[in-house]
Formats: sequence, C-alpha cells, structure tokens
Amino acid sequence: MKKKRLIPVLLLKDGFLVQSRSFSTYRNLGNPVTATKRLNAWGPDEIIYLDISKSDNYDLRRDDIKHPNRNNFLDILEDVAQVTFAPITIGGKVRALRDVEQRLRKGADKVSINTKALEEPRFITEMANEFGSQCVVVSMDVKIIDGEHRVMAHGGMKEMRYDPVEWAHIVQNSGAGEILLNSVDRDGQKVGFDIELIDKVSSRVRIPVIALGGAGEWEHFAEVFLRTKADAVAAANLFQHMEQSLYLIKKQLHDHEFPVRRPFISEDLANEKHDLL
Amino acid sequence: MFFVQRIKACILNYGSGNVGSVLNMLMLLKVDVIISNEHTDIQGATHLILPGVAAFGSAMEKIKKTIPLDIVSREVHQIKKPFLGICVGMQILADKGFEFEEYDGLGWISGEVKKIDAGELILPHVGWNELIPRSSSNLMQRIEGHSDVYFTHSYAFHAKDPSHIVAETKYGQCFPSVIQKDNICGVQFHPEKSQKIGMAIVKNFLSM
Repeated sequence: MKKKRLIPVLLLKDGFLVQSRSFSTYRNLGNPVTATKRLNAWGPDEIIYLDISKSDNYDLRRDDIKHPNRNNFLDILEDVAQVTFAPITIGGKVRALRDVEQRLRKGADKVSINTKALEEPRFITEMANEFGSQCVVVSMDVKIIDGEHRVMAHGGMKEMRYDPVEWAHIVQNSGAGEILLNSVDRDGQKVGFDIELIDKVSSRVRIPVIALGGAGEWEHFAEVFLRTKADAVAAANLFQHMEQSLYLIKKQLHDHEFPVRRPFISEDLANEKHDLL
Repeated sequence: MFFVQRIKACILNYGSGNVGSVLNMLMLLKVDVIISNEHTDIQGATHLILPGVAAFGSAMEKIKKTIPLDIVSREVHQIKKPFLGICVGMQILADKGFEFEEYDGLGWISGEVKKIDAGELILPHVGWNELIPRSSSNLMQRIEGHSDVYFTHSYAFHAKDPSHIVAETKYGQCFPSVIQKDNICGVQFHPEKSQKIGMAIVKNFLSM
C-alpha cells in the first residue's frame, strides 16, 4: 500500500534555518546542513526547503560549526543535497525556467513555485513541459480574510482574487504534479491543521495535496489523514524543536495503524561502512 | 593468481534526471564512478546505469541524440555488462511507450509502457510504496519483502514475459517495479532516494 508522507519543511532565511510564526516573526535555528543530517537519521519521507529571504545576502560565517562559508542559496542547496538521501523539494525565488534548471542541477528533485505561478499561470505548463509534471510543486498560501479562504502571493502579503479550490483547479489543469497547501493563519500556532481548507482542496483535485501549517502534536496529523484526502502532511517548527520528533510522531501514527512508513532511526548512511568489495 | 576486478560504474547522462543523487550514492559505496557518454568510459566500465525523470518520448529522443546506443548495446548484449535503468531509464527498455504519443523504445526487455490504471487513486503515484517479490533475483538479495521505496511516475511497464518481473508494486493495479532479463535490470522507483533499501539494491546490482 502506498504510504502517507510526513515531510519536514526547513525554512531558510538569509542562509540560516529559521522558525517562523504567522509568516512574520523569525527565530534563527542555525545551520541547515547540521539540521539536515539530524533529520536524515529519523527517516524523512521527503524534505522541503523553502528560501524565504528578502535579500540575496546569505551568510553562514557566524556559525561555529566547520562548514564552508556559503553566501548563495544554490551553494547551500548543493551542500544539503549531498547529505540528504530523501527526495528534495526546493522553493523560493523561482522566476524563470533557468532558475528551475539550476535548482535541479544542484540536487533538487522537485521545485516549488508560488508567486510566479499566480502572476503567470502559463509558467506552470512551461515548467511541466520542460521538466515533467512530477517536478512541479505549486505552493499555495491561504489566509482567512473576512471569513473566506483567500489565496495569497508574495509570502502571504498580497491578496489574490482566487478562492483556493478555484486556484487548485487551475494549477492542476496547468500540469502541476503536486500542491503544497499552506495556512498562513496556522503558521507556527501549533493548534492543528486547517481541516476545512485541506478537505475542500484535496477532495476537488486529482493530484497529491501536501498539507502544511499548524502541526503541534501527532493527533493533528492523524486528523488530516482521517478527515481529508491529503496525500502528505508537512511541518516546519515541530520537527525542529523536539529531539526525534519526526520519529516519535511517525511511531505514534504507525502504532495507531495509520498508513505511514515504518518508523526507524537509521544509521548515518553517509558514515556507514560499506563492505562492497 | 586471482584478481578481483575493481567495480567501475558509468552513469549515462542525457541531460535529464537527477544524475547528481545517483552519483552521490555510488560515491558513498566507494566504487569508481564516472558520468560520461564517451565510448572509452562506457567500454572501460564494469556496470552501466541509466537514470532518469522525464516523459518517455522526450527521454528517448535525448538518449538517441546524446548516448552512443550502438556501443552501449554491444557492451550489454555481447559483453553482458550489468545494466540498470532507473525510472524512465527502465521504461525505455520496453518495445514501445505511450506517453503523449506512441514512441519506440530500446526493446531490450519486451513490453509496453502505459499510463497506470489507478482507478480512484490520484496520479502521479508519488511517495513510498511496497516491493512485492515475484521471482528470485540477485538484485533483491537480503531485501525484506514489502520494503518501501520511493516512486514518482504516472506510467508503468507492462512486461510481455512475466518471468522478467522480479517485484511488483500495487497502486490501483499491480505494475512491475523491478524487472530483469539476464544482465539487464530496471527499477521503476528511485533507489538513489530510497535510503537504506535503495542503497542495498544498488549494492546488489554492483555485485552482479
């Protein structure tokens, strides 16, 4: 049976891993390479990296751990790709097919787009034609405005005229492979996912929906599996804070017979001895 | 005197697919590995790997343009070098593919590539799913039945000869996820993204 995916999201701001709340306040959590290595041991089904920097000045020099100084997001991506043995999705600052190609070349398996897709839906099709639908993830930020779910652009700042289901259909029909559905209101709140939103989008499209925003405990994931057709659940802050959180949440879900991959704490693949010859 | 030949893997590159992560995994296994379409590298290699993510037709077109297929075919069919096709790299082993239009494949393992009949289920088939063993193969040595591996695809291989099916996976219908005909192997999933199990299968391939 195909498993439901649990996906850690790493938010990168100016090259650092950050914790986010309501898309507006951020706390520095350190070096993304270190975080990736830690996550790997807990068996992530995939990893999503979102670059949410406003500027292009990345700086890892203040880090006391001995990694090369990287001041470019693509170089940082190259570093994390080398220590990640799970499928990688990269999002943020994609404006042209050239940007997609660069990210794929640096080790991404999929590239997520958001504002660019809203400004120019045709870009979704161009991306799918060039790199295949399986590579195209459209990230959708949704905020409740006057009691209605509205699709937002520019990192949750600008309201678009779309209703989420309407936009999801356009995204699907344009050739996207997956939708990353993010609730701006729930971001960092740990109060549970926006089930109503996830249900209405996932039951109306025929491509996988990844639910993001609001996870605080394992029951929140269970609720998504029980009440919606989402194919995957993602969380950022939750997986960064608690030691082994990804493993423990997966274990709870597995013990309660939700269709998730068997939880394991793996040896470090990169440092394992391989006795091939 | 007895010499063990050192493993030298050659990853064929047609400018599509995540060649880097296949390379990363092989480097972890500490084998000599090169990404190349050069005649001498293909002839000098002990193992050939064709990765890929793309549509059947565009992959086939790019492969014909960039890879010296006559050389590869000779190494595979006459010298019997182990060959591993990954995802689309497996699909193009078929006689024909029907993604968008009808295209000819390599025809090295008889079969056709068609859209998965997933019924109510959504496509693409993305995520972790089980390998159900169908016949014994050195490729699957020490791999527990029903191990999860990572897939991302909408099309699947329909093998003409069921004896070529090493393992299947169920998504709506069952489709072959590991196929093998002598030294020619194909995997529909991505071993380079399938963590420990993926690495074990690649190790088995390199031990062929």
